Amino acid sequence: MSTTSLHVHPYEKRWIIFSIVLLIVFTTAVAIAAFALGIQVPSPEQRVDPRTVAVDPNSPWSNPGLREIAPGRYEAYILAQTWQFQPREIRVPVGSRVTFYVTSKDVQHTFKIQDTNINMQIVPGQVSKLTVTFKKPGTYPFICSEYCGIGHAGMFGQIIVTP
Amino acid sequence: MTAQTYSLSPKEKSFVSWHLLVAMVALALGTLFGPLQAFQHAGLNLYPFLQPLIKSYYQGLTLHAVLNALVWTTFFITGFLTFNVIYGLKRPLRYPTLNQVGFCLMIIGLVMAAIPILLNKASVLYTFYPPMKAHWAYYVGLTLVVVGSWVEGYGFYFTYAAWRKENPGERTPFIAFASVLTMVLWQIATLGVAVEMLTMLIPWSLGLIETVDPQLARTYFWFTGHPLVYFWLLPAYISWYAMLPKQVGGKMFSYSLARLAFWLFLLLSVPLGFHHQYVDPGVPPGWKFVHAVLTFSVFFPSLLTAFTVSASLEYGARKNGGTGLFRWVLALPWRDPSVAAQLLAGLLFFFGGIGGLANAAYNVNLELHNTTFVPGHFHLTVATGVTLSFMGVSYWLVPYLTGKKLWKPDLARWQAWLWFIGMIIFSNAMHVLGILGAPRRTALGDAPYVPAEWNSRLLQVGIGGGILFIGAILYFAVMIGTAFSKVKVEKEVEVPVAEALQPVSQTPAWLDRWAPWVYAALALIVIAYGPQLYEQIRNISLTSPGFRVW
Repeated sequence: MSTTSLHVHPYEKRWIIFSIVLLIVFTTAVAIAAFALGIQVPSPEQRVDPRTVAVDPNSPWSNPGLREIAPGRYEAYILAQTWQFQPREIRVPVGSRVTFYVTSKDVQHTFKIQDTNINMQIVPGQVSKLTVTFKKPGTYPFICSEYCGIGHAGMFGQIIVTP
Repeated sequence: MTAQTYSLSPKEKSFVSWHLLVAMVALALGTLFGPLQAFQHAGLNLYPFLQPLIKSYYQGLTLHAVLNALVWTTFFITGFLTFNVIYGLKRPLRYPTLNQVGFCLMIIGLVMAAIPILLNKASVLYTFYPPMKAHWAYYVGLTLVVVGSWVEGYGFYFTYAAWRKENPGERTPFIAFASVLTMVLWQIATLGVAVEMLTMLIPWSLGLIETVDPQLARTYFWFTGHPLVYFWLLPAYISWYAMLPKQVGGKMFSYSLARLAFWLFLLLSVPLGFHHQYVDPGVPPGWKFVHAVLTFSVFFPSLLTAFTVSASLEYGARKNGGTGLFRWVLALPWRDPSVAAQLLAGLLFFFGGIGGLANAAYNVNLELHNTTFVPGHFHLTVATGVTLSFMGVSYWLVPYLTGKKLWKPDLARWQAWLWFIGMIIFSNAMHVLGILGAPRRTALGDAPYVPAEWNSRLLQVGIGGGILFIGAILYFAVMIGTAFSKVKVEKEVEVPVAEALQPVSQTPAWLDRWAPWVYAALALIVIAYGPQLYEQIRNISLTSPGFRVW
């Protein structure tokens, strides 16, 4: 019966097909980036207690900083708190592969290293982890980009990649 | 033509007007702080002059966000939807007292939330991420605003049920259908933030519990946070689909596809909140990817909308003598401020949608999360696509409700263009800054790490903000001028409701049946959110005490 069928104008039909193809292309592109090119987003790593994470001697964040685990490979434990990162400065030679483990002892922050793919929400109780290889020498500021209180705009640090 | 005989009673008109009045007062106050933030970015910090009234940039930002994004929208929308339900169904509310109770709850909530914000006891922005802890009245107040809007929604449902009983077998008139659907979407969507408030933030702020789980709170929040966007957007779509075509002398291109688009929004707009949490540590990447795909899929009904609305406008323009592939655009009635505002809003919304796709891309988001790209984006969508459209709607709706002629339509037209131009400058600069890495929600004028290459863009943020502010002043001038004008309309303003090219009776019945769509929407939520909610609640770690950091 004509009254129960959906009437679609021919132009609109073409537009619908175009739209669906467009969205499939986008989804495929994202899938390729995520699964073939290996672009990583943070995933559940570890839970910590934000009340003790900065003082418990067994916690790496009681002594935040850079550890070399193999030649050219580093782990950086960074503690975010109002309104600073500890440590504020990290130096690594060019070509270093650094895995960042960041957590907060108070409110939420964001850890974003400029000109890299490192951008992580820092949620108290959780550890945010991502890895990056610094291929070019230079200074890479890392900044807090989640509102974390009155001193938020001053919360930053830097990674100096030496030649 | 017999369709235009229905009219709202004076009481109903006044009830809707109260919604708009509160909305506009909120917008007026909230908008005051917009240029202050923009100027701060450009190096001109006016906040010290507001002492001791307003303590900081972030208190101003909280006011701007809560009043504009939450209060202006929610009050305007409940008012507009109330109008649509009554006018669309051509029958009074079934239980007007119920709706009045809802409205009163919203007002009480608004006052409760406003006091701590004004006293600088709730400078936590409108996302209120714990463990930043605001005064309890802030959380209770916001909750009451939402509960009040639910109660008004129940009033819509009773009214709609009564209409169905009175009109068996008839298709629901579009504006009423779409308005009830918007309310259903809102009531499903706000479940997330309701749980966050009731199980965590309210007892915590009252001192009944010591600690909360910030990660779980984020998941609850974004369950609501994204469909909230569609709650803002769908009322603008109602106007674009069903009213704007009439205002340009055309018809609705397709009644059925308009309904289909709304159903798809109901179906798809909730189960995709993880795309706001791509860089959260506590959500597995697999689920983030699933929500990315669902986010792209909800773009589909917006693409349908782009076609149907453009086709409806083109139909009207060609009837008015428009020709050419694109030249017909000039034949649209641009001199009508209501039309101009909505056309310009739609145009910028188109670009906002494209930016939204960038945000939604699981990987590109690593570049954009929490940068100024995001506020750049939502100033094109909610602050233009939605807000400028609502302003356009008010250019006919306020004269309809008050019986006063629109005061100085020329100014109203200027308002639309200034908003458009100011927003292009402001938003473009924000997008570019975001790509360069500038953080959002940051008093960038004080930030020590701002490189010189950002400066020219930061200046553009200030210039755009200034132009927007002039646009806002014109809007309030026109509204106040209209309210206090002595010039009455000659006859009641005609409500622009477009007829469809196809007769309404040819709408397939499955596009007017609620149960399957609502159940499907709920099922999709259970599939896309259920496992993670279960995981996160099972592993809840209540380890965060509250902080006051402002």
